[in-house]
Amino acid sequence: MKKATIQLDTLTCPSCVQKIENATKSLSGVDKESVKVLFNSSKLKFDFDDDKLSVEDVEKAITALGYDVKKSQVKAK
Amino acid sequence: MQRFILSRKNHIALISGILIAIGFTSALGFKNEIVAVWALAAASVLGVAPIAIQAYQALKVKVVSIDVLVTIAVVGAFFIRNFEESAIVTFLFLFGAFLEQRTLNKTRSAIKELTEMAPESALKQMANGEFEEVEVDEVDVGDILLVKTGAKIPVDGTVISGEGSINEASITGESLPVSKEKGSTVFAGTILDNGTIQIAADRVGEDTTFGKIIELVEEAQDSKSEAERFIDRFAKYYTPAVLLLGILVWVFSQNIELAITILVLGCPGALVIGVPVSNVAGIGNGARHGVLLKGSEVIGDFSRLDTMVFDKTGTLTLGNPSVAEKKYYGDNIDEALGFLASVERESDHPLAKAVLADIGETTFSPVESTEVIKGGGIVAGVGGHRIAVGNVALMEREGVELSEQAKADIAHFEKNGNSLVLTSVDGELKILMGVRDQIRPGVKEDLLRLKRLGVKNLVMLSGDNQGTVDVVSRELGLTEAHGNMLPEDKSAYIKRLIEEEKQIVAFVGDGVNDSPSLALAHIGIAMGSGTDVAIETSDVVLMNSDFSRLPHALGLTKATARNMKQNIVIAVGVVLFLLASVFFSEWMNMSIGMLVHEASILVVILNGMRLLRYKLRK
Repeated sequence: MKKATIQLDTLTCPSCVQKIENATKSLSGVDKESVKVLFNSSKLKFDFDDDKLSVEDVEKAITALGYDVKKSQVKAK
Repeated sequence: MQRFILSRKNHIALISGILIAIGFTSALGFKNEIVAVWALAAASVLGVAPIAIQAYQALKVKVVSIDVLVTIAVVGAFFIRNFEESAIVTFLFLFGAFLEQRTLNKTRSAIKELTEMAPESALKQMANGEFEEVEVDEVDVGDILLVKTGAKIPVDGTVISGEGSINEASITGESLPVSKEKGSTVFAGTILDNGTIQIAADRVGEDTTFGKIIELVEEAQDSKSEAERFIDRFAKYYTPAVLLLGILVWVFSQNIELAITILVLGCPGALVIGVPVSNVAGIGNGARHGVLLKGSEVIGDFSRLDTMVFDKTGTLTLGNPSVAEKKYYGDNIDEALGFLASVERESDHPLAKAVLADIGETTFSPVESTEVIKGGGIVAGVGGHRIAVGNVALMEREGVELSEQAKADIAHFEKNGNSLVLTSVDGELKILMGVRDQIRPGVKEDLLRLKRLGVKNLVMLSGDNQGTVDVVSRELGLTEAHGNMLPEDKSAYIKRLIEEEKQIVAFVGDGVNDSPSLALAHIGIAMGSGTDVAIETSDVVLMNSDFSRLPHALGLTKATARNMKQNIVIAVGVVLFLLASVFFSEWMNMSIGMLVHEASILVVILNGMRLLRYKLRK
């Protein structure tokens, strides 16, 4: 398991949070319980299984929703 | 294409606004209906594009968002050829989003200021011994870093060479520079005012004290209280319910106009944003004033506080005993002080340190002999004189005669809670000193402020004897004070307050031996100089252990809790008002509904922003 923190472009609507959360949870390999979208600091935090997917896959899913990814960081858990 | 449209949302709002203006001038000014219809239809199509894209993306991940409601309503209005409504609704929605973004950024500004203090780069020693600039993420524990004058310390570390003075305001809140030399610890995010140092990295990134503070504040501002989680759950089902209601109204009444109006009016609007906005602004204000609040649950509890329990030593008092009162008798006092200092210099008793600190510069004489009298003090030979330093019992043993004046002074000093240090030279009393742990300057005023803010009981618990405790309690005007208490007695006391008296309790302690009490109380506040322990164990962290920030913290949480309630009332009130007026009034339509919604969102954000300027009235 790895722990990722993705810095997103400023989030302004609370429904964006729900969209990003659902999109991230729907990817296989992401630990659903760990997904956390920080609305005010515009960050996405989650744990994932790095055998099943890479952080780029998540980034792609979020970009497809129309949100820019500024920076992402992956740490061993 | 989708991303292009979304990134131009603000431009689209502007163009659609212009088109609407053209439409209305040609309809009302020039009676040119054709131009008007085309302009408004164009504005609708253009305006709905970004909203529809967001709606589509939301549906893809199974979320019925506000965008979905608005898109359906606009398409419906377009379908019944009500271009006026469709154009205005899309414009208001886009323009509202633009204003929300601008104002929301303001409420977040305080915390942004804090995170922007995070260091970004570091000069790291490479394999060839040269220093090269790298991103701070690339620094690992054990790396050697060079920090030059004016630069930020990139990580927590230890100085291995060089010296300089560092401004640690970002960590401790203390703006006086601290000097550092080989072996000193330095903290990430602090600034090297002058000098050049090399440091070895001990902790990097999120593990540094600064990283922890930022993480704490970031998590705090997004943490949700029970009420908020309820609103979230509610909103999740609320929007689909509004959609369903719209469909039902359409099926049964065949009135598209009414159905789509319900979709717009039912938007949750201010409800979902009201509470988070108060939360982020309140926590931001705290961060600016050296008070870190760990989340909205803490704000809720702290604002309803009944009882505040304090540890004595190190919390209400400074924690290091010092000479509070002194009296001299007879002549040659300077000489006597010199003898006293010479004797005390040989001792490591805490009282001796206080005495030495008080005497300061003096002439020391060699001590020829010393005898420690158990439970009394020291008898020493200095420069051919017999010096006795100790308590009243020692003076009696030495046969020192105490004058009436001296006896009165001793009684007075004891009543004030002092430990006594008497000094005699050749059997004659020369010096009487009263040593005690002094009350922190300003604590009395701070406690008074806490009381004025509505804290009912101020309680002190201490391991010291009841006499000393009573003296401090009287001086500070506390409600209750209990002495002779072990850490487990303290936690039992707090447990009783919480379980039997159903009070909301805060405990303020040193964070080391009081951790059970800190954990047990609803609000734990550790006074450990901005250290890890204080940050981890506290619900409210006071930067630099500054007691005087406590009243601000309490006032702020009260203001924030009030602000949240106001925002909930505004949001719920607006939705109820809109839904009621669609059924009971003639004038309500989509455009007015959208206008009221967007206005209410701005009102709650502006209301939240007031918290950024909150200051405790003196």
